[in-house]
Amino acid sequence: MAEMNMVEAINLALREEMERDADVLVLGEDVGRDGGVFRVTDGLFERFGGERVIDTPLSESAIVGVAIGMAAYGLKPVAEIQFLGFIYGAMEQLFSHAARLRSRSRGQLHCPLVVRTPYGGGIKAPELHEESSEALFCHMPGLKVVVPATPRYAKALLQAAIRDPDPVIFLEPTRLYRLLREEVPAGDIPVELGRARIARAGGEVTLVAWGSMLEKALRAAEGFDAEVIDLMTLVPFDSETILASVEKTGRLVVVHEASQTAGFGAEIAATVAEEGIWFLKAPVRRVTGCDVVLPLPLLEDYNLPTAKQIAAAVEEVLAFD
Amino acid sequence: MPKKTIASFAVSRLEILDEQGQVDERLMPDLDDDDLVRMYRLMLLTRLFDQRALHLQREGRLGTYPSVLGQEASQVGSAFALHPGDWFFPAFRELGVFLTLGYPLSEIYQYWNGDERGLLCPENLHIFPICIAVGTHIPHAVGAAMAARCRGDGIAVACYFGDGGTSKGDFHEGLNMAGVFQAPVVFIIQNNQWAISVPRRRQTAATTLAQKAIAYGIPGIQVDGNDVLAVFQATRQALERARQGEGPSLIECETYRLADHTTADDARRYRDPEEVQRWQRRDPLLRLRRLLQRRGLWNDRLQVEAEEEIRRRLDRAVAREEATPPATVEDVFRYTYAELTPRQRRQLRELKHG
Repeated sequence: MAEMNMVEAINLALREEMERDADVLVLGEDVGRDGGVFRVTDGLFERFGGERVIDTPLSESAIVGVAIGMAAYGLKPVAEIQFLGFIYGAMEQLFSHAARLRSRSRGQLHCPLVVRTPYGGGIKAPELHEESSEALFCHMPGLKVVVPATPRYAKALLQAAIRDPDPVIFLEPTRLYRLLREEVPAGDIPVELGRARIARAGGEVTLVAWGSMLEKALRAAEGFDAEVIDLMTLVPFDSETILASVEKTGRLVVVHEASQTAGFGAEIAATVAEEGIWFLKAPVRRVTGCDVVLPLPLLEDYNLPTAKQIAAAVEEVLAFD
Repeated sequence: MPKKTIASFAVSRLEILDEQGQVDERLMPDLDDDDLVRMYRLMLLTRLFDQRALHLQREGRLGTYPSVLGQEASQVGSAFALHPGDWFFPAFRELGVFLTLGYPLSEIYQYWNGDERGLLCPENLHIFPICIAVGTHIPHAVGAAMAARCRGDGIAVACYFGDGGTSKGDFHEGLNMAGVFQAPVVFIIQNNQWAISVPRRRQTAATTLAQKAIAYGIPGIQVDGNDVLAVFQATRQALERARQGEGPSLIECETYRLADHTTADDARRYRDPEEVQRWQRRDPLLRLRRLLQRRGLWNDRLQVEAEEEIRRRLDRAVAREEATPPATVEDVFRYTYAELTPRQRRQLRELKHG
């Protein structure tokens, strides 16, 4: 088994899926000869050629729109949007079409496309290059939203996303691309969309995180009897695993880097309030980014939750008896 | 260094059948008498279906409906050129295309009556669902065309939209992508002169919509959109080009929406009645009927018989639509994802059992 970072693991997933299924193709700006600005698609053009690894014009709405047409025709396109902050021009395609095609055609057509995009902060990049707007996609029925937090699960989840019959937004935490290495097996890694995993078992407090916040939540958990859940799929999300954990621990801290208001943490908190309020020994705490336009690099650190802030929130909920 | 011209372009317009029903024999497409009569019957079906839909809407038996009155030649003429394997991407005012391709009449009424089951396309046809958002289906047509070529299927894709659609970003992105990848797709603009209350001259400062093709490196042509033969000929040639691997084309059908934008609109607020009358004299049905009469293929008796027969078909379609049992609550949930999510399962249970 080879040790890989997340970029290499995603690259391996794409390569293996394209070898397994001739209908899988990759399209986006710079994904071909250049191998993507983060090198995620490196070597695919040489291996599969320009018919299956398509360098498109700079054209986000068309990248997603064309992928919708391809998916409806029977192919399995994996579209890359270079940064999540550039996807806003394609939101109409995602919301008005990708999410609704199955419904509008009464199940005759479907849209098995994956939109991959780097997302999130911590890389000191220019404006619109560090957005964490995952909650926007979570509110639109018909889309699935997946966020890996380690190389191994990035590969496993991307395999599952490509094989999924519905449109999947696959958000790759840019900060993690080269931060962590772990063993990533070749071939199929079984994982189901819609399932969370316990990244660390514990008994006194539950931390729920996804993407690049998982790494921070795990660091913050050290020294506590904390259970850390890697949510992995935001839509549909695994409320069962969260509720079972909160039943055991009685305390919940949700961590995300996106702004707080109407963030996905609110959905988790509301679900626990509706279905698990009797388990709770303390109020639910959210540790999140602020409700501000994302700062440029010099001030970025003020906005990103730190392991220290997460640990403080854990101490706060543990103080309730 | 002298300034010099490095490229120059021309835009052509095709007209074959004039308002008196005379044709330019040199340009006449290869259609036999039966074809011409079939085209006329389809245009008549489109007109009477449309009329019935407007009546039903006024009686409260149909929801908001966009009339196609005046655009029958653009639609029947272009659809008549499609082959059975071709894919068709409609906007929302393509009744004549649906009818020409043989879409079930009752399902069209069903859709405009607010029942999504009307979008269930018969298996032998390749029709994308009606697109209410303006112009956003243009990239889908390009994607399907690219996929067809990738699969080695020798089909073409036809994508319809209006003059308003050409103002949208997706028009640019879609045509640009189609040009770059030489996708086998034909873009058919139904320039009916009005995007609700905004006239064509406020959609673009360009003299024609056809010339927009030039910017994307693809052929473009304007046709008299009330001339069914010109529309047919231009579409057939463009589809053939696409099937031969020669890439995309753009056709501007210059026509006119004689009715309101939809039944929720009142065009008298923004439109000069004289303009409407001027276009009424260019009625596409009348033109083809005059040609058929000149050739001894049509007369008043055949007209009465055809109208009666169509009205009986429409009666049956409306009756079938109105007798369809209502959809169930399961139907609302069934098509959002391939499988119900745990939360959807709970919501469905709650809706069914209170």
